[in-house]
Amino acid sequence: MSASKRGEPRILVFSSNPISDMGIDLAGSSHLEYSPSVQVIAVPCSSGVDPGWIVHALQTGFDGVFVSVDGNDCAYLSDCLTRTGRVVAEAQNRLRKLGLNPARVKSGGICSVCAEVFVNQMGQFGRALAQLTVPVEG
Amino acid sequence: MTEPEQAPKVPRRIGVVVCQCGGNISDYVDTEKVRAEIAKDPDVVSSRVEMFACSDAAQQASVQEIREKKLDGLVVCSCSPKLHLATFRAMSARAGLNPYEYTQVNIREQCSWAHTHDREGATGKALRLVRAGVAHTEGTEPLQRIRVETIPQVLVIGAGVAGLRLALALSDMGLSVHLVEKSDHAGGNVARWGTLFPSDRSGEEVTGQLIEEVRGRQNIQLYLRSELVEKSGRVGAFSVRIRTGTGDTIPLTVGAIVVATGFEPYQPAQGEFGYGLEGVVTLPELKEMLAKEPRSLTYHGKEVRTIVYVYCVGSRLPEGEGVQRTYCSRYCCSATSHVSTTLNSVHPELHQFHLFRDIRTYGRYESLYEGARRAGSVFLRYGEEDPPEVSRDDQGLLVRLKDRLMAGEPVEIRPDLVVLVTGMAPRPNEELNRVLKLPIGTDGFYREIHVKLRPVETVVDGVFIVGTAQGPKNVAESVASSLAAGSKTGALLLRGHVELDPQVARVDPTLCTWCGECQAACPYGAIDRVLYGDKEVAQVSPVLCKGEGGCVSACPKQAVSVLGYTHSQITAMIDALAREEA
Repeated sequence: MSASKRGEPRILVFSSNPISDMGIDLAGSSHLEYSPSVQVIAVPCSSGVDPGWIVHALQTGFDGVFVSVDGNDCAYLSDCLTRTGRVVAEAQNRLRKLGLNPARVKSGGICSVCAEVFVNQMGQFGRALAQLTVPVEG
Repeated sequence: MTEPEQAPKVPRRIGVVVCQCGGNISDYVDTEKVRAEIAKDPDVVSSRVEMFACSDAAQQASVQEIREKKLDGLVVCSCSPKLHLATFRAMSARAGLNPYEYTQVNIREQCSWAHTHDREGATGKALRLVRAGVAHTEGTEPLQRIRVETIPQVLVIGAGVAGLRLALALSDMGLSVHLVEKSDHAGGNVARWGTLFPSDRSGEEVTGQLIEEVRGRQNIQLYLRSELVEKSGRVGAFSVRIRTGTGDTIPLTVGAIVVATGFEPYQPAQGEFGYGLEGVVTLPELKEMLAKEPRSLTYHGKEVRTIVYVYCVGSRLPEGEGVQRTYCSRYCCSATSHVSTTLNSVHPELHQFHLFRDIRTYGRYESLYEGARRAGSVFLRYGEEDPPEVSRDDQGLLVRLKDRLMAGEPVEIRPDLVVLVTGMAPRPNEELNRVLKLPIGTDGFYREIHVKLRPVETVVDGVFIVGTAQGPKNVAESVASSLAAGSKTGALLLRGHVELDPQVARVDPTLCTWCGECQAACPYGAIDRVLYGDKEVAQVSPVLCKGEGGCVSACPKQAVSVLGYTHSQITAMIDALAREEA
């Protein structure tokens, strides 16, 4: 684990093309500022995020991973919320086995116009991560 | 954890264009520094900074560069892919580069515009994003859109006003229509209503005329007392089975399916606003009474002199367990104002009290509300927290309410008839939902892909939703949506073939050991069990797969991934984003 050069926690966000990525775009279009240590990978649907990717990100240098949940807005799957919850829980299980803090994974609903929600989530998650002690490398 | 599939590392010839967006990016990001850094990547054989990468001149330069430098991958770092992914994919195709070898990197909405006060931070992030884009492109492969033939026949489910009008529109285009109706008559909810605004023709007349026209068409087949019981196949060629009233099943092959199953009136529970008491009816019950006996207004033989309407019954309820009825049913304020003015014109001595929460006679329906007020209807507002109470004693019906506009002043009315203005509820359609597996919203109505931009399409290609099956609408709105689906269906089927997105899931049979998790996770029935050598593995049908990746996270072996989002691509992107220098 390493914070960015300037000490801000490094957060990887998984967004979804049809929903949360639009909300994150809107945050930028509205010039709402958040840390450049927040970086986004967009996938088709939040339930399709592989738990292995989350673990890999935390083992590679990210301080936290945030999964933007499509939830009830998902056009593909009516149980997207449950499925994404399962992904996050599975990633946290694997982290525990590796001796990593499961609190480094967070999820939250980000809708296609949730610009402020996203920026607030990043702020809160960043502050929470900054307070976590750096655990032993797994 | 099994290691992810490793694509063989071959040198690529990737071009990178860094867009300044006329300052929208370059005011906050050092675009030249980003270009110079990414140029050091051995797979990057050309790199340019453009003021507007999307301009004609810049696109021509990119086309030329793809051809001259024989690029096998392209990365444009500019705005959100929602804006220009299609533009640059088309540009790549013009230059002879497979459009799926193109990657768009969003350094505007998700970088320059979000970090306008941090040039160093924004530049560092832009570089990491570009590296991730190059890493992604190193894992791309050429993909072909999947071309499939289409059958010029359409299955329309539900012969209400939306289904009937749609059948005629499709027939006009030369498409054959199979119109399937569950009940023993066509016309749906509208056929049971009395006069409609603004023509004052009855619902029965309007639907009757449509039914007559439908019956006269050679290329429309109407099946009453019939249901869809089986569906397989894909957009352009669905195999379906219709079970008819006689118990026979008819197999059909259709190119598209349109769901026009309508709504059912909200049915109040016993005791809800006095429902069940003598003299308490719902709006549809009143409309049926009036349709049968337009000239006299009696209830159980007794003349009605005073009516109380209670609005928003079954609509705009607080969030609760199960199906959410938080929505406004749209049509009821207008319908009630219309009934009220119609009644007033025949029985001017009638007293009418409207107990409402908010009046939503939007657009031209405002004139109905105005008309009702001018005709002497009294509108009394109640609060959600203080609903009216309907009871019955030895003197008859009694309605008590606290008038919100009179600071909660208690009001008592003794009506002869209480009309509960009930909203629209989704039909349960259990059998149909089992067969079609369409997404359903929390309100219980079928769900479109995008409420504004793709309002009649579902995530299942070739299956459309129209009318009140999708959510509350009045007749005009229902018909508008059915004609919208008509043109979408025409555009889909008249060309004779359809092209599908090739970014679907694919199984690596060397990693798969068939556990069935992916098949269980796929709601589209896109995954089969097949033999690979002497072992059983999963296989994805590219025409049924939606590419959402539900199977990806379910697979314990990382043996399945969505093309464009493979395990090796995402892992390489994570590695690139984690790099912290420059």
